[in-house]
Amino acid sequence: MTTRAFGAPIPRNEDARLLTGQALFVDDVELPDMLHAALLRSPLAHAHIERIDVSAARARKGVIAVYTADDIGALWRPGPLLVPPPPIDGITFNLRTHAPLAKGKVRYVGEPIAIVIAESRYIAEDALADIIVDMTPLPPVVDLEQALAKGAALVHDDLGNNIAAHVRQTKGDYATAAAKADHIIRRRFHYDHGMSSPIETRGVVAQWDARAHHLTVWDTTQAPVFVRNGLAAQLGLSERNVRVIAPFVGGGFGPKIMMFYPEEILVPWASMTLNRPVKWIEDRLEHFVATTHERGQIHDAEIALSKDGKILGVKDVFLHDSGAYDPYGLTVPINSQCTLLGPYVIPHYDSTFTAVFTCKPIVTPYRGAGRQHGVFVIERLLDFAAHELGIDRAEIRRRNLIPADAFPYDNKIIYQDFAPLEYDSGNYEPVLDKALAAIGYQDFIATEQPRLRAQGRHVGVAVCCYVEGTGIGPYEGAKVQVQANGKVSVATGIGTQGQGHFTSFAQIIADQVGVPVTDVEVVTGDTDQFYWGAGTFASRGAVVAGNAINEAGKAVRLKILKLAAEHFECAEEDLVLANGEVSIAGVPGNAVKLGDLAMRANPMRGAVKPGTEPGLESTQYFGPPKGATANGVHAMMVEVDPDTLLLNILKYVVVHDCGTVINPLILAGQIHGGVAQGIGNAFYEQLVFDDQGQLLTATLADYLLPSSLDVPRMELDHTVTPSPLNPMGIKGAGEAGAIPVGPLFAQAIEDALGLSKKNVELREIPLSPSRLWELIAVGDAK
Amino acid sequence: MDEDMHDISVVVNGTRYQRRVEARMLLSDFIRHELRLAGTHVGCEHGVCGACTIHMDGLPVRSCLLFAVQANSRQLTTVEGLAPAPDKLHPLQQAMHAHHGLQCGYCTPGILMTMSVFLNEHPAPTEADVREALSGNLCRCTGYQHIVDAVLAAAKLRSAAP
Repeated sequence: MTTRAFGAPIPRNEDARLLTGQALFVDDVELPDMLHAALLRSPLAHAHIERIDVSAARARKGVIAVYTADDIGALWRPGPLLVPPPPIDGITFNLRTHAPLAKGKVRYVGEPIAIVIAESRYIAEDALADIIVDMTPLPPVVDLEQALAKGAALVHDDLGNNIAAHVRQTKGDYATAAAKADHIIRRRFHYDHGMSSPIETRGVVAQWDARAHHLTVWDTTQAPVFVRNGLAAQLGLSERNVRVIAPFVGGGFGPKIMMFYPEEILVPWASMTLNRPVKWIEDRLEHFVATTHERGQIHDAEIALSKDGKILGVKDVFLHDSGAYDPYGLTVPINSQCTLLGPYVIPHYDSTFTAVFTCKPIVTPYRGAGRQHGVFVIERLLDFAAHELGIDRAEIRRRNLIPADAFPYDNKIIYQDFAPLEYDSGNYEPVLDKALAAIGYQDFIATEQPRLRAQGRHVGVAVCCYVEGTGIGPYEGAKVQVQANGKVSVATGIGTQGQGHFTSFAQIIADQVGVPVTDVEVVTGDTDQFYWGAGTFASRGAVVAGNAINEAGKAVRLKILKLAAEHFECAEEDLVLANGEVSIAGVPGNAVKLGDLAMRANPMRGAVKPGTEPGLESTQYFGPPKGATANGVHAMMVEVDPDTLLLNILKYVVVHDCGTVINPLILAGQIHGGVAQGIGNAFYEQLVFDDQGQLLTATLADYLLPSSLDVPRMELDHTVTPSPLNPMGIKGAGEAGAIPVGPLFAQAIEDALGLSKKNVELREIPLSPSRLWELIAVGDAK
Repeated sequence: MDEDMHDISVVVNGTRYQRRVEARMLLSDFIRHELRLAGTHVGCEHGVCGACTIHMDGLPVRSCLLFAVQANSRQLTTVEGLAPAPDKLHPLQQAMHAHHGLQCGYCTPGILMTMSVFLNEHPAPTEADVREALSGNLCRCTGYQHIVDAVLAAAKLRSAAP
């Protein structure tokens, strides 16, 4: 009897290549006669381009071509809207997308103005310095509130204001609820989510084969199928003539799904124009301005409560920074708006946001994708409510959790996937209980904290809850095929950036088809291997592609059994499918290998019966009606040095519920990594712009990614509430670790330093030692 | 112009290479694009992330902060040369696999090259030692916990093997 692969903590199939330097990343692609690109980027946040002189650059030895907006013909046009706004009544959405190269005006520092193609990257960068651009500076639009003030400079002159979108969603009747409330708590919050900063920057290599009329593009994208389709459309090719390969990609976390980045269209076009391969690899300094950010929102929020701490309603009005263009629609602010509701019964909700154009890089989702901002607001409101009402912080959360018998729970507003925000399933209170027990909450508050305080130590505890809408549609597909060598191939259209798809998908198939996990070869991110798909985002790979793979596996299993039954002249029910072969139950000596069956399914002679297909393969698709809602609780114990305001995290606990788990080892890695990014966001990473729209933290020495000394050992636990929305019961987990860390830090630091006694509230993220010092100094001065 | 060329000779993973290079060519670019040893990754080109770490005469160095000419007459080891044999992984590589110490794998070569030297010098490290040594290599995927577990396990593997 073989053990089930599904659910087992199996080490990964893909590791060997990555550990020995044999995995192919985009910058590893080397082609004969390859040229190299470099981009001239705007040094100003807002300016008219008066004149561009590229003559010296073109004359430089080794330079093959220099293109400005005027040199690229029909390629110059504003790019597509990637994600349309959801169908919400009364919505305003002003679409302004970027073109491959700026024409007439630049709108952020880093916006591409010209591209140089040369024999080497070194020469290409030399030539950038040869280009002369005359610019007339315009007043930069940097601050969100000033952007909306009368007389503000305009990012897009034709628009007449800087409003990218205006959306109101309501549930119930907040005003009536508030009129009956015993307590109303109003606060302003600032939440800034920085940027994803994968260790591999972006890159594109394009190879045009004129004879075959075929374009091959290696791209660090999370959505190869969409890039293929878009490139074909924009370059005047059929989709069949374009192959996009997202090979091993060195982390993504959201921004690598944005398209089309200017380089993503310019590099393939240059390869076609010059009929030579072209490579562009983003350097780290470019990455800070040329890859999308997530950045910030300002929330003016209020919560209405009864005197026993029950939430009666929440009202929230917020501003969202879109950056200079909005090709990715409203995913980030819609997520903020929806995820604020969290795991709580909030009967009345009134949420309005205004997305604002600014002279800063484009904002698109980064792991959590706006959920952090909303979770920060509700979790902090509950903390302040607990303080004002004299209720314990964990207790006020417990009193408001959606009860287990209330699912599916309809929040009556529209989510980012255009479906109603209805939580499919959940059981929240046990998750809170487990987290409180693991952190030792009651004992810490009752005995440990007073004891430590008496010793002069500043140790605090915090607990925060969250939900995450995961696994949204539209769909993914997969082709599963038994190979003649007995191995099973699985091809799917999503890209992979370290999530362990080569293993978790193999585990699904190993059980269905009866082969060892190591005999399943997974291919992701190659449009010639699988034609259809959406991409890796929104914690959906395991849910949506995983279920498609499962369905294809089931179909292949049936084909195997049918063929084997014919072979053995027995009933299918008598067959055992395991270890890469089929045998008759109770007759172990007589087996046929899967590879032999695969050969038999594609015979050289003899008739294949009508209605049968050759081979042992199946292609299946899966599209969930809406996302599956995961949930969790994080708890932390932290010691703060009162002089330096540096933190020492003494304990960190994550308890989560993402339904059925495919591979607990991979899942733990996802949670650890998410928490690490949450910690960076909460206390280390900040994109600091000056009033001219210049990014002041554009190196990794200034934008501080957390190191092994900043991220603590974490204790994980989970509950399992399978989702009814897919046959495997899976909910996504990719973003969960990152979501509630900001409010957790704020709560724990307040508790450690006893800030409520000083009337200091931490209502912003990121924090840092110096920012804490400032906030405490302001509190002391009051 | 940019014709400042130099002849260099380096031994990488036991193989001698003689090349003519520009003075300004980074060692990381030389290894990756001239020698086609693409396992060494470049993450920041300003010496912060550690992804490009290799061994030069047995010590870890950041190849993005060196010029190729500075490697003249030196012995280099890259991640392609870390395993003792084609079919046998270094104990740290084995432990990284067993403990899920890598996700996207992009920072992994630098971490292997940094921590393999660390293990030579610290055969029985504590977790705090490991975290200190690892702190110069940034990983954006793992949160470090499984890497720390792997390094501690590799120390045990090494001490168990003769």
